[in-house]
Amino acid sequence: MSSPGEPAARAVSTAVDALAYPAIYTRTAIALHWLVALLIACGFSLGTYMVDLHISPRKLRLYSYHKWIGITVLALVLIRLVWRLTHKPPPEVPMPNWQLRSARATHYLLYALMIVTPLCGWLYSSASGYPVVYLKMWQLPDLVHKNPALAKVLVQIHGFLAWSIFWIVLLHVAAALKHHLVDRDDTLRRMLAWRRS
Amino acid sequence: MQATFPTPILSAAALLIALAAAAAAAAVAAGSTNIDPAKSTLMVTFRQENVPVDAPFKRFSGHIDYDPALPGASKAALEITTASLDLGSEDYNSEVRKKDWLDSGSFPTATFISTAIKPGAAGHIDATGVLTLKGKTQTLTLPVAVGKAGTATSFDGELTILRSYFGIGDKEWNDVLDDKVRVRFHIVE
Repeated sequence: MSSPGEPAARAVSTAVDALAYPAIYTRTAIALHWLVALLIACGFSLGTYMVDLHISPRKLRLYSYHKWIGITVLALVLIRLVWRLTHKPPPEVPMPNWQLRSARATHYLLYALMIVTPLCGWLYSSASGYPVVYLKMWQLPDLVHKNPALAKVLVQIHGFLAWSIFWIVLLHVAAALKHHLVDRDDTLRRMLAWRRS
Repeated sequence: MQATFPTPILSAAALLIALAAAAAAAAVAAGSTNIDPAKSTLMVTFRQENVPVDAPFKRFSGHIDYDPALPGASKAALEITTASLDLGSEDYNSEVRKKDWLDSGSFPTATFISTAIKPGAAGHIDATGVLTLKGKTQTLTLPVAVGKAGTATSFDGELTILRSYFGIGDKEWNDVLDDKVRVRFHIVE
C-alpha cells in the first residue's frame, strides 16, 4: 500500500509541525518558570534561615518578606497552570519511557507542591494569629481562626512540604543537567531558548 | 523569738490591715460587682509591618459599680496582670515582660480607675479615668457601650494608646512596630 511519496510527505509534515509547534516553550512559560524558580530559591533559603533567629525586628521583617514571596509564588503558579493548560508545550524530547514517566510525575508533584506549600504557610499564618499583609498593603483573609495547637501542626507540615520541594527540585535540576550535558539533547534548551513564541 | 511578743505597734498595724481589708470587702459588697473573668476579654492589637496582631491579657480583675438609673454615680476599677499578655508564643511573651517593654518585674499590674462617669449617647456611658501603666499615668475619656449579657451587664469599648507615652518598646523596634496600640475590652460583671 505504501507509495514512494510517503516518507517525503511525512518529512514535510514534520517540518510543518515544527513550525506550528516550536520545539521550545513559549516565552511566557519560560519567564514564569525561571521567575518562580528564583522566588522558590529565595523563599526557601529565607525560610530555613529565619526560623532559628532570635526574635528581633529583623526577624519579623524577614517573616513578612517570606510570606510575600510565598503568596507571589502561589499566584504565579496558578497563572502558570492556566497558561500550561491553554498552550501546547513543545513535543517530548525522545528518551526512554521510564524517563518520560518520571519527568511527568516530577512535574505534577512540583505543581502540586508549589500550590500546597504556600497555602499551608498561609494557613499557618492565620492559625498563629499573624495574618498575611501582602506587600504591607493588602491584608489577606484568614483561612482559619487563631488556633495555637493547629498552628504547631501546620508549621511542621509547611516545613516538610518545603523540604520536599527542595529534594524534588534537586532531582529536577539533576535530570535537566544530565540531559543537557550527558545526553546532549534539547530538554534544557527548550526552557532556555528565548525565541519568538 | 521577737515575733512571740506582740508589741503595741505590731498590733496597731495588724488592726489597720484588718480594717483596710474589711473596708475593701465592704466596698465590694456594697453594690459593686466583681467582673466575670471567664466572660470578659481584654484584647490588645498592635501592628508590626502593618500586620495586625491580637494579643489578650489573660488575667485581670476589678469591679464595676453601675446603676442604670444613676449612671453618673458609677465607678469602675480594673487591675491587669501585665505578665499575662499572650502574643501566641512563649518567645514573644517572655520578651514583652522585659524591662524595655511592659517590665512586669517592676510593674506587675496596670490599673484603670474611673474618676467620672457620665451618661453618653444612647446605650453608652462616657467614662473618664486614669490609666496607670509602667509607672506612667494618662487620663482617658472613652465611650463605653452598655449592654446585656444574659442576666449580667456588659461593657464594651476601645481606646488607642501610644507605646511611646508609656515607654513601652525597645527603640530598635520602632521601624516595624506601630506606636499606636489598640485596646478593646468586653467586660461582663
